[in-house]
Amino acid sequence: MLVDDVPHRRVHRWTHLRQHLAGYGFLSPWLLGFFVLTLGPAASSLYLSLTDYGLMSAPRWVGADNYMQIATSDPRFRAAMNVTFTYVLLSVPLKLVFALAVAILLNRGLRGLNWFRAIFYLPSLIGGSVAIAVLWRQVFAGDGILNQVLMALFSYEGPSWIANPSTSIYTLIALAVWQFGSSMIIFLAGLRQIPQDMYEAASIDGAGRSRQFFKITLPLLTPVIFFNAVILTIDAFKAFTPAFVISDGTGGPIDSTLFYTLYLYQEAFTNFRFGYASALAWVLVAIIAAFTALSFLSAKYWVHYDD
Amino acid sequence: MTSLALTGIKKSYGAIDIIHGVDLAIEPGEFVVFVGPSGCGKSTLLRMIAGLEPITGGELRIAGARMNEVSAAERGIAMVFQSYALYPHMSVYKNMSFGLETARMPKAEIDLRVRKAAEILQITKLLDRKPKQLSGGQRQRVAIGRAIVRDPQVFLFDEPLSNLDAELRVQTRVEIAKLHADIGATMIYVTHDQVEAMTLADRIVVLNGGRIEQAGTPLEIYNTPANRFVAGFIGSPKMNFLNVSVDGRAGEAVTLDLAGTKLAVRGIDARPEGLCLGVRPEHLDVGSDRGTPLGAMIATHVEQLGGQTIVYGSLKDRQPIVATLNGQKSVRAGEELRLTADLAQCHVFDAGGRRVAVQSA
Ligand SMILES: Nc1ncnc2c1ncn2[C@@H]1O[C@H](COP(=O)(O)OP(=O)(O)O)[C@@H](O)[C@H]1O
Ligand SMILES: [Mg+2]
Repeated sequence: MLVDDVPHRRVHRWTHLRQHLAGYGFLSPWLLGFFVLTLGPAASSLYLSLTDYGLMSAPRWVGADNYMQIATSDPRFRAAMNVTFTYVLLSVPLKLVFALAVAILLNRGLRGLNWFRAIFYLPSLIGGSVAIAVLWRQVFAGDGILNQVLMALFSYEGPSWIANPSTSIYTLIALAVWQFGSSMIIFLAGLRQIPQDMYEAASIDGAGRSRQFFKITLPLLTPVIFFNAVILTIDAFKAFTPAFVISDGTGGPIDSTLFYTLYLYQEAFTNFRFGYASALAWVLVAIIAAFTALSFLSAKYWVHYDD
Repeated sequence: MTSLALTGIKKSYGAIDIIHGVDLAIEPGEFVVFVGPSGCGKSTLLRMIAGLEPITGGELRIAGARMNEVSAAERGIAMVFQSYALYPHMSVYKNMSFGLETARMPKAEIDLRVRKAAEILQITKLLDRKPKQLSGGQRQRVAIGRAIVRDPQVFLFDEPLSNLDAELRVQTRVEIAKLHADIGATMIYVTHDQVEAMTLADRIVVLNGGRIEQAGTPLEIYNTPANRFVAGFIGSPKMNFLNVSVDGRAGEAVTLDLAGTKLAVRGIDARPEGLCLGVRPEHLDVGSDRGTPLGAMIATHVEQLGGQTIVYGSLKDRQPIVATLNGQKSVRAGEELRLTADLAQCHVFDAGGRRVAVQSA
């Protein structure tokens, strides 16, 4: 037995290798894409962020200069941070609340639930598109639908919400919140997971609707809330299309809708400062990473994982 | 005064009637077990008592007061769920105190009650744990603890042992019986397990298809089943139902024919067609001089349980029959056995399944 163990194993290893090769063969399109389209550009942008690469010149090594400039003397970076953080910190919680509220309503066992689900999900399917952003512009413009409604109902002559720097960002937040569909679907699935007898036990324990919500539903939903919050936060940091369309790519008025990614885009493709734009990109990566890390660290204090 | 009174209780889901008018009065401190096959409406009935399902028709009274419209929390009941339904994000302590906190009981009183219940159930050391850190048996205790702290007039249990392994099930069964003896509250216990029903109940309520088939003490149910369903449901192995025909009649005395064997009984008057003789396997004997001869049985299969020998086989007319013999009997498949039984322990059921009172002649 021991004697023919060795050749036996060798044969074994051969078939193993062949099986593995087949596996890698099937993986190769993805691997190719990953190395050529993701890892390669990422690595080169990291390198470029340490150069002064522009359209006309070959990249010249400048060390951390780009990062220094971002950190110390770039007022538009600060404006972009302001806008982006306002957007993230308002749109994410609002969207969560909205998505959860609608999910709870739909979870009441409404008749025609599937229809409602589809209708509420629709904005998320089309909401990221240019067409909807254009539509949004029509709604919030000076002679837009919103003002026409306000006029008809309250005889109030509204400003152009988009042209006004103190309100323009809120139109974008509203647009984002309107696209609560995918979070809602996930909440709906999460609500379905909570066993009915939990609520029955709670109702025997005398807990009313609101106590059941705050003591049962919300805690048991924290893993889903956490998941949605992380995904939405990352998405919000990366938001681009709506601001680009609504401000015609300017981030105006007065940089009031200058999303971080929009500023990055302008630096790269309007000002052709590829090196600087690359540095901006890596700063965004760092910010998102830090935010996500913080979320995960905080999770152990408020997320209840079952089993 | 009765603890709980059900009068004409009905339940329908839409056009489908599930419970067809149940009447039952339960005495204070009584341990009542609802037993019946799966889907017969035990849980539905219990949940109507708990206030988790609206009552479609009839009246429910607890301690004299009408409860139909009263919320679950205000019925003075506590329920132990089959799944335990512990709150997974709360500690054992919080699970037990949740209801009391909801009722805004003073903290000191809550603490007293939780600790007392924990002591009774020997889970004091587990109070800080989360449910997921407990074994099945421990979770079961917490679920019972959560019921105890409410100090209810009525405990409701819905198949509380069905998620436990066999050994733990027996152990917990004994503990529930002890608990009942200690706190003396009224308990209603749902199970499909006849052994649980027999061992725990002061009174068994046998349900079938949303109706009460019979209610009585375990021994009443065993000794004088009201009908063929009850007779077949309680007892293991099941009671043998053997087709018999009426062979002759002289006034009160009737001769029954069981696969060619004549049995003399009295007390059968109505419609002699479709009768059957019910004999429990444990009431059959083999090769004995006592008892009434029932003819020959051909053994086809034998199970040796050590303390008992279970013989499966058939009568001469091929009707299947099972006999449970005490001790270890050397019976082989194919062997022909001489069956006897005490006719006083046998039952005769009419074509509708009702038991007809019969005396041996
Ligand atoms: N929500 C419901 N809608 C319709 N039928 C139901 C519902 N709940 C239970 N039933 C039916 O009622 C009958 C009794 O159910 P249940 O009380 O759970 O039975 P048991 O507990 O005795 O197994 C079953 O036939 C079941 O299908
Ligand atoms: Mg049930």
